[in-house]
Amino acid sequence: MNGSIQLQHTPTVEYLLRLGDTTLILGQRLGEWCGHAPILEEDIALTNMALDLIGQTRALFTRIGELAGDGKKEVLSEDQIAFLREERDYRNLTIVELPRGDFAFTILRNLMVSTWLKLHWERLLHSSDAELAGIAGKALKEARYHQEHAADWLLRLAGGTEESRRRTEAALAELWRFVPEMFESDAVDAAAEGARLGPARADLLEPWEAEIAAVFAEAGLTAPAPSKFRSTATQGVHTEYMGYILAEMQHLQRAYPGGVW
Amino acid sequence: MSTEAKNAAPGAGPSQAGRDPLGGSTGVPAGRGAGEWPLWEVFVRSRAGLDHKHCGSLHAADAKMAVQMAREVYTRRQEGSSIWVVRSDQIVASDPGDKDMFFDPAEDKVYRHPTFYKLPAEVDHM
Repeated sequence: MNGSIQLQHTPTVEYLLRLGDTTLILGQRLGEWCGHAPILEEDIALTNMALDLIGQTRALFTRIGELAGDGKKEVLSEDQIAFLREERDYRNLTIVELPRGDFAFTILRNLMVSTWLKLHWERLLHSSDAELAGIAGKALKEARYHQEHAADWLLRLAGGTEESRRRTEAALAELWRFVPEMFESDAVDAAAEGARLGPARADLLEPWEAEIAAVFAEAGLTAPAPSKFRSTATQGVHTEYMGYILAEMQHLQRAYPGGVW
Repeated sequence: MSTEAKNAAPGAGPSQAGRDPLGGSTGVPAGRGAGEWPLWEVFVRSRAGLDHKHCGSLHAADAKMAVQMAREVYTRRQEGSSIWVVRSDQIVASDPGDKDMFFDPAEDKVYRHPTFYKLPAEVDHM
């Protein structure tokens, strides 16, 4: 039970893991703000959003468990999928596994990723997979709030003090390298698009840039030039930070197999 | 009813408006401390058709932030379907020192309560 599991990485499972692992790891990162946010209300806000993301992950992993089990073998549980995979089997965006950084870094990352997720959920409302469309209906409301929360804060930080401006610009310079990976389509995307499961990531670039540009214009920020750097976590090749997150997330399930509250 | 909201506010309003949440009464209007965000009173309506009820206060830099934070702090257990916020220093309240003068004279005027009328039985709850 505490041995690692192997998912069948069909294109559908792969596609859903990119979403579900992204919400899982970002949820974990946001949860790290518990007790550390600049003010009490933000402490509650960030952890509240972490719980939204974990909730979305649970729904996606439940669906993956049904699909990966192929209906014949034992259905994999959401806990097994979350906690019993090897690092190379996670398919999240690289940007979400970066350490939480300062508040400006967290806010800018939330804006970038929540916009990316929101655009997915909008299109997944019309997915050929009815389960997935149902998940999208609930998640879309949450993602819209996450996006607005981040956008509001970005305006305040960019237009706030010299210090908040400096930190915001530093976060932008650091995070922009991870944008190309968010919109790089491949065979998995093509399969998803062909089966009308969900959108190809490349098709989301234009609306994403438009929404981000609108916030940046108001904040007086300029998007850096597109980076030539290619991050690779969605291919299973992670940064050095991923191992530490997984160690923290997995050690209980590994030490006490099947342990529950 | 708006009167209820007004009555609810002074409980936390004027007394709290001059109080530094981090320690004792400052005598300074809310949010006028050095670098401190202004204080906002929060009113939440639990369901359509009911009135907004005062439920607490919080510090926020601007109105939008106050609404967003009120959402996080006061509606996380499905308490609300609508939120009002108002700057605490915008609430005008009666002076507690005027309490006797304002409210005691109503004490001996029981005839203002509609309890002396005989109601037809068909008028059920009044």
